[in-house]
Amino acid sequence: MRILTIDTSAIASAAVLDFDPLDLVRTTELVANFATDDTRSHAEVLAPGVKSLFTDPVVEGPALDAIVVGTGPGPFTGLRSGIAMARTLSFTWAVPLYGMMSLDALAQQVFDTPARRDGRAVGPLAMNDFVVATDARRKEVYWAKYNAGAHLIDGPHVGPAEEIFGVQVFGAGAGLYQDVLESNGCSVHPTFAHAQPTAFELARAAARRIAGAGSLEAAGFLQSTPLYLRESDAKVPGPRKRAL
Amino acid sequence: MNHTQPLILGIESSCDETGVGLVRGTTLLTNTVSSSMEEHIRFGGVIPEIASRAHLDAFVPTLQQALVDAGVSLDDVDAFAVTSGPGLAGALMVGVSAAKALALATGKPLYAINHLVAHVGVALLDESIAAVNDDGGLPENLGALLVSGGHTEILRVRSIASGVELLGATIDDAAGEAFDKVARLLGLHYPGGPAIDRLAKEGNAKAIRFPRGLTMPKYMGTPEAPGPHRYDFSFSGLKTAVARCVEGYEARGEDIPVADIAASFQEAVLDVITAKAVLACKEQGITTLLLGGGVAANSRLRVLAQQRCAAAGIMLLVPKMSLCTDNGAMVAALGAQLVMNGVVPSELSFAPDSSMPVTSISL
Ligand SMILES: [Zn+2]
Repeated sequence: MRILTIDTSAIASAAVLDFDPLDLVRTTELVANFATDDTRSHAEVLAPGVKSLFTDPVVEGPALDAIVVGTGPGPFTGLRSGIAMARTLSFTWAVPLYGMMSLDALAQQVFDTPARRDGRAVGPLAMNDFVVATDARRKEVYWAKYNAGAHLIDGPHVGPAEEIFGVQVFGAGAGLYQDVLESNGCSVHPTFAHAQPTAFELARAAARRIAGAGSLEAAGFLQSTPLYLRESDAKVPGPRKRAL
Repeated sequence: MNHTQPLILGIESSCDETGVGLVRGTTLLTNTVSSSMEEHIRFGGVIPEIASRAHLDAFVPTLQQALVDAGVSLDDVDAFAVTSGPGLAGALMVGVSAAKALALATGKPLYAINHLVAHVGVALLDESIAAVNDDGGLPENLGALLVSGGHTEILRVRSIASGVELLGATIDDAAGEAFDKVARLLGLHYPGGPAIDRLAKEGNAKAIRFPRGLTMPKYMGTPEAPGPHRYDFSFSGLKTAVARCVEGYEARGEDIPVADIAASFQEAVLDVITAKAVLACKEQGITTLLLGGGVAANSRLRVLAQQRCAAAGIMLLVPKMSLCTDNGAMVAALGAQLVMNGVVPSELSFAPDSSMPVTSISL
């Protein structure tokens, strides 16, 4: 099975992953991968980045089994650029499109990263429930809570880091508000203090979900609807103040 | 690719209309538009984030509908064109991302084009105004007056594919925006243009003398020594004057003569727009003036522009309304001109430019 994933919830990234759902461990192969370092160049780099994953996208695109797009939460304009791209590719290539919460990519990465002591892996990084958090701007974070198996148990939410208590917190949102989180009894893992959701990790999370469910259709993916979590800032104007 | 009669799919998302149009050469195949206007009514103006959300959800259905209406498939399309600016940044981003996806998925060229120039290119599609010359191009000595909720400009068009120049523009609000704001002052509903147009017919346009922005000698100068804003517009002072006027009636406890205010306000906007457009035409040797933008629907603007152009010996062209308002067909029409003129397509790495100048016809 070959899937294309796109995530623009923070950085812009895309990946093509090949795997056999019956034997993930031995078959999973990253065919191609693209990711930016920054969170502000989606407009310029996303399309060339997606194109670079293929030798000939016109031929290889329609042969994909699925496109999975990160549906956020994330800053709106960047998030939409990836979803607009994914929806249009899906339509043009006639390949089914699925959505996945972008924070799942970070949770997958935490799940896969062993804790190390003296250079040796000593078990999973997160032994208990943990939180992943990304930058929501306006002094807030997007966050969700997962169990040690990286299954979502709460969220997604948007709010100040002050609202998160007593757990390990991973992701760039944790790095930004480390002091606040630590004073709330949280711990912030240094190697994840700048981590962003990536299409590569999203693809691995999607593959794991497909393998667990037995098929794409049964995997319980979301639709490609963006998880905005915030209303548009528009306010209905009140009645005009009368003179006198 | 077919360079003489190319089949172009055009995408527009610079404001609140999601448009997909298909054009073959200068022949309109379809002009499919989905508007989020209804969602903006309660706010009294276009809310960029709401428009952007609506574009995302409307794009693929609008594309699908356009292909069905035109009876073509994406395989038949020679090239894509998309509005890359000027416009609302977040709204532009949706159309641009989708257009790039189409180009990369099909391996076909993409043109990132200027929205204002596309308002001119659309004239080529309207057979009823006969804007097309024997050689298939636009008339010589062409100018354009674009008036909408998002922009207000006078352009000179030397060549639709390579030479467009900005002669004048609003320095603050767009004309359509002024209509929306004044409509709200008068307790009328959004969009303000049609509401004021209707009410003004019952009012006296000479009842109140509202200011004409940027018409004082220090701004106008002379033909030999033009002032800094000879062909420019300003509507924010006018909006304030209307507010003061309404407050004056309220303070005196008098009924507000809304029809007279609507008529007088409308006259102040359209008087200065048409006077400056005709002045620019006369001084710049423009003999054909094309009207574009949503405010072209205003009945008084059409009358006044027709009168003043006729008196000055200028031919006025007004495309049908579905082509005046923002749409994808105008984008496709300009894209076709670029292909026919051998202009190089855009790279996939271009970024939308919310203040793209008219001198930049494509990126
Ligand atoms: Zn326009």
